[in-house]
Amino acid sequence: MRFLLTDEQRDFARTLDALLGASGTPAAVRSWAAGDHKPGRDLWARLAEAGVFALAVPEEHGGLGPLPLELTVAFIELGRHAVPGPLVETAAAAAFLHRMGDAEAATAWLPRIAAGDALVGLCPDGAPFALDADATDTVLVVRDDTVCRTGTHGPVQPALDPARRLARPLGGTVLARGPAVTAAARHATDLARLLTAAQALGLGRALLAGTVDHVGQRTQFGRAIGSFQAVKHRLADTLIGLEFAQPLVYAAALALAADAPSAGAEAAAAKAAAGEAGYAAARTALQLHGAVGYTDEPDLSLWIRKARPLRDAWGTPAECRARVLAE
Amino acid sequence: MDLDASAADAAFRDEARAWLAAHVPARPLPSLETRAGFAAHRDWEAELAADRWSVVSWPAEYGGRDASLFQWLIFEEEYYAAGAPGRVGQNGINLLAPTLFEHGTPEQCARVLGPMATGEVVWAQAWSEPEAGSDLASLRATAVRTAGGWHLRGQKTWSSRAAFADRAFGLFRSQPDTPRPHQGLTYLMFPLDAPGVTVRPIGRLDGKPAFAELFLDDVFVPDTDVIGEPGQGWRVAMSTAGNERGLTLRSPGRFSAAAERLTALWRETADPADTALRDRVADAVIGARAYQLFTYANASRLAEGSSLGAESSLNKVFWSELDIALHETALDLLGPYGALADDADEAPAHGGWADGWTFSLAGPVYAGTNEIQRNIIAERLLGLPKEARG
Repeated sequence: MRFLLTDEQRDFARTLDALLGASGTPAAVRSWAAGDHKPGRDLWARLAEAGVFALAVPEEHGGLGPLPLELTVAFIELGRHAVPGPLVETAAAAAFLHRMGDAEAATAWLPRIAAGDALVGLCPDGAPFALDADATDTVLVVRDDTVCRTGTHGPVQPALDPARRLARPLGGTVLARGPAVTAAARHATDLARLLTAAQALGLGRALLAGTVDHVGQRTQFGRAIGSFQAVKHRLADTLIGLEFAQPLVYAAALALAADAPSAGAEAAAAKAAAGEAGYAAARTALQLHGAVGYTDEPDLSLWIRKARPLRDAWGTPAECRARVLAE
Repeated sequence: MDLDASAADAAFRDEARAWLAAHVPARPLPSLETRAGFAAHRDWEAELAADRWSVVSWPAEYGGRDASLFQWLIFEEEYYAAGAPGRVGQNGINLLAPTLFEHGTPEQCARVLGPMATGEVVWAQAWSEPEAGSDLASLRATAVRTAGGWHLRGQKTWSSRAAFADRAFGLFRSQPDTPRPHQGLTYLMFPLDAPGVTVRPIGRLDGKPAFAELFLDDVFVPDTDVIGEPGQGWRVAMSTAGNERGLTLRSPGRFSAAAERLTALWRETADPADTALRDRVADAVIGARAYQLFTYANASRLAEGSSLGAESSLNKVFWSELDIALHETALDLLGPYGALADDADEAPAHGGWADGWTFSLAGPVYAGTNEIQRNIIAERLLGLPKEARG
């Protein structure tokens, strides 16, 4: 047993962190929220060049994977930088297309996903909205044991996080039907939960780091507010939440990589813990930044607004908790 | 990164499981915080030691198995899963022994560790004083130099196990006027039946005499019972304190087993429509798994030569709150039966939740309060400025 990332995995994370740090990501987030997808797609292309999407696609379709653990490492960094777009959905769609057993659809889409040419939406059974349907090349919609593909959608709805653009998928043609669709959708949901958890974890880490910086500099009553015990204890609790969510995320990735029977429960546990920890980090960040935290102009707002939707995407905490106890 | 057990570790788990299945008493022993229970638990320590299961991570020469940290974790998982008795020897085994391995003389190790491993000598911890709980630097009990040793004077209190234990270890002020309060302390071992020692049991929150206060009136301790250098007690003690908060006191196996029992209780008793309670059960299960995995990651780091410093404070806060959450949820599931003590005639047959709940309440208090731990996390792990003091 060696429950630690390898040096190679750490280097990969550092590379992505540096790439995203140097890419003007906050400006891309704001453009994305305004409906201008160009800077976001440029960012997407650079991530593809670094190999991110290839990790979700099997080798026979031009990818490197599927490698859930390496994808997880990547998605922690995507969350740390609040990268916009249907990232989780595209990776989950790749897993879905690979497992669904429709060779034609797999051949048509998987190489494009691996190369970063295709943004793909995925709506699991019961989900009313597709994320970023106005930016995706196609949307896969699962209803019962049937999957449809569509390129049209209703109006984009105003949302809590304007950089997560929600719209109803419309129409579509049936791609496949049957138990293979149901099984592929279940697996895709587990992977989506894992990667959303990873994003939430990275987002929480960024919020904590930014807040620690802030409270070390901001003075009130003649002292840095970070010296006050009430402030310290809140940040300590935030760190504890993130630190103990992280191993759940890695363990779920290992379970998915091994196709273990426990993978669904482990992904749900990771999602519940990391989603809550990320949201708690956002609440802490807002509170300790004071009125600054309640304003739109600092980039902090891009992270704060994302925390709640990530907590609830691909299964609310209650749904995930129920899943943990389901077996 | 992997979570796969090596062949040797898997074999170790099988051996431990088989031994425990054959030896764990069918009926729970009486509470170890009573005289009869203390004696029964001492016998259990001897039974463990007879087959070298009492101190698996120690070197073979002291009764151990040279087990790795992972194997120790595996043993603990099996131990709690088997419902084996509480460890009356744990203060010595988990707190004093690591200190002796690090700072003790060969003579001390040879003399102390064997009888500790068999339960022949049970140790009590004598850290706290009426004016010194988490702030150990404010200790007042003194060690005064005398021919061939030291005279201990003063009072220790809330001393776990001291009502029935044989010996104790603690810190004493050996130089009264040092510039800083954590200087001039000496770490000593002493017998609880020595002339000059008065032991007064103190009832715990559950009324059991789990604590004692110790009055020390010129108690002679020979130089051979000083651990480390005189005056360096703080440094010596800090290695012990780290052990207490970190891995050794609260291995994940304990919480994993409790989470299993809680899940079983929930399936047996709960109204499926009560989703609030279901969420709490799930959170306890998730928390126990998180703690187990976090510990595996720490063990992996330690196996590669890193050491745990302030990180042990993360563990302390997490396990102590998890323990309370587990037990509170169980009491809620039990409804009106949750108000009964474990030895009540009508207590649930799977018992143990009442005692467990009471014990869990101490978690955030002892081994350095959680307020102290959060300060350590904030200052040493997050790099926040020190609080203005004094």
